[in-house]
Amino acid sequence: MSAAPKRTWLNRQRLPLLIVLGASLIFCALVSIFADQSSYLVRVIVLLGINIILVVALNLSNGFTGVFSLGHVGFMAIGAYVSSILTLTLETKSENLPDLPAWLAHVQFGFLPALLTAGVLAAIIAWMIGIPLMRLSGHYVSVATLGFLVIVHIVLINWTQFTRGARTFSGVLQYTTLWWVYLWVLIAIYVVWRVVNSPYGRMLLAVREDSIAAKVVGINVLRARLLAFVVSAFLTAVGGGLMAHYLTSFSPATFYFTATFNYIIMLVVGGMGSISGSVLGTVVVTLLSEVLRNAENGIQLGTLKLPPVYGISQIILAVVFVLIVNLRREGLMGGREINWARLFRLETPS
Amino acid sequence: MGPVDYLLQQTMNAFSLGSIYALVAIGLAMVFGILRLINFAHGDLMMVACYSAFFLITTGIGFVATLIITIITTLLLGVLMERLAYRPVRGAPDVIMLLTSLAVSIFLENVFIMFLSPVPRSFRGVSPAFLDIVNHWGAVSVSNINLATIGITAVLFVLLLLFVTRTRLGIQMRATSEDLMAAQLVGININAVIMTAFAIGSAMAGIAGMLWAARLGKIDPLMGFIPLLKAFVAAVIGGFGSLAGAVLGAYLLGFAEIFLVGFLPPSLSSYRDAFVFVLLIIVLLVRPNGILGSSEREKV
Repeated sequence: MSAAPKRTWLNRQRLPLLIVLGASLIFCALVSIFADQSSYLVRVIVLLGINIILVVALNLSNGFTGVFSLGHVGFMAIGAYVSSILTLTLETKSENLPDLPAWLAHVQFGFLPALLTAGVLAAIIAWMIGIPLMRLSGHYVSVATLGFLVIVHIVLINWTQFTRGARTFSGVLQYTTLWWVYLWVLIAIYVVWRVVNSPYGRMLLAVREDSIAAKVVGINVLRARLLAFVVSAFLTAVGGGLMAHYLTSFSPATFYFTATFNYIIMLVVGGMGSISGSVLGTVVVTLLSEVLRNAENGIQLGTLKLPPVYGISQIILAVVFVLIVNLRREGLMGGREINWARLFRLETPS
Repeated sequence: MGPVDYLLQQTMNAFSLGSIYALVAIGLAMVFGILRLINFAHGDLMMVACYSAFFLITTGIGFVATLIITIITTLLLGVLMERLAYRPVRGAPDVIMLLTSLAVSIFLENVFIMFLSPVPRSFRGVSPAFLDIVNHWGAVSVSNINLATIGITAVLFVLLLLFVTRTRLGIQMRATSEDLMAAQLVGININAVIMTAFAIGSAMAGIAGMLWAARLGKIDPLMGFIPLLKAFVAAVIGGFGSLAGAVLGAYLLGFAEIFLVGFLPPSLSSYRDAFVFVLLIIVLLVRPNGILGSSEREKV
């Protein structure tokens, strides 16, 4: 018999978090010192961070709970529009959204309060639609959430008083910085990690694996799914708010099927049900689509200039997706996490 | 226009709209019944059919030849889709099949965007002129395209019913949709059955696509999406996997949509599609198996 393991400050559970925290601090510091903040590189890094938040949040619902939502981009849209309306300066507001009701026209929020308000609002909406939707299983929940996305889209297009309709919503101040984004990346990863590694998270996994067996052992399936959906919607809305305050102009079309499909590819490539997988999948797919997007605008090959081909990036992503589903269905990480402890020899491989 | 005429007029419109949904929903329901697959690319078959008709008519081979070649093209594309994309993931979890079809849909749409540009094209002039003639019966006016839509759907549905009840392959298809594994055990060639389901569904989607485009007068690479979602809602309302249910749901949806627009204040009528999905969510809550669907218990 060996002695009980010594309780150290640095244990298996905390190590990955500390590594992620340290790595992102060093990463942000290096980038903000050495790179030009308006450069293309920094732009990609910021968008990458936002994508990580969105995919990690999506994973909580789709990967860990087995509620495969196709409507999360709807929460992203809610986050983007709500936070942007709140942070617009009063002058821009009277110029771009002249028909706002008085109680909105004369308020201007700071960035963080606006993000949190947007997140809470999305969470409330998720809770309201989740009560009916979380009872559904399999495809039905996917299509019903897709219906939610369509509803959000139609409301955005028609509610011109608040959203400018299908026209571009512009004039948003660029509050989002590298530091804001990676702060939220850490929060998102920490929240999802805590949820998954709590007794509650084990309930989620049980529900995903076999909802009837979970019910039999006394788990409230509806409540378990609902909580994951609500937390996930909150983080997604925050991601949408960060996106809005980075792009500074967007339209309802920004938050529709193309975006939905891209985030799902990131999730599936990384492997559903793995946080490190979500991060990895997001990095791979974001970089791949940046390369493809540049190719779409025409490539200079020596003296030969290839003409722009619109649509090619989506085509390649779709093919990559079908190949992954056929060749490595479980994605890069296959539902496992990177084993940091083994990586750093805190424990011997068993 | 008196209230009775108004009601008649709207009923006619609702029947015509419902017919198109029915044609799309039948294909969706057939494939879902057998494979448990929601085929997102089904709507894109409508789009492909329209582009095929659009280009064939300019070659001057005539309307009938255009129609036949277009339907055959759509049918082959549907079968090819099954063979290349869906057969390899057959038996995978529901979500994987669903996402595969989403990928196929994105692929097709973007191929058309890439080669033919996303700009809408006019579909006027593709269908023969007599379809655009509007008949005036008293105060009610009905265009020939609406009559044709209703007639074609009725004929196709009767043919389909005869097929699934009177022919060997049709009976095998019903057996397969009852229980795929058992059907395989009693020696039914399920690959042939699935291929047939895709062929019939795709051909119907092609016809529906052309009727839809003739109504709207324009086509674009993303045109299949909304009718697909509507047909899906119709199939769910009627009871997913049941053919009669799909048709019933399609007509109910057609009526709901037309009368919602008729009775809602004009400021809300642009929210029509949103109400359709609210309706879907309500149906899923109250009667998850639809009106005609048999209750399917989750197996332990």
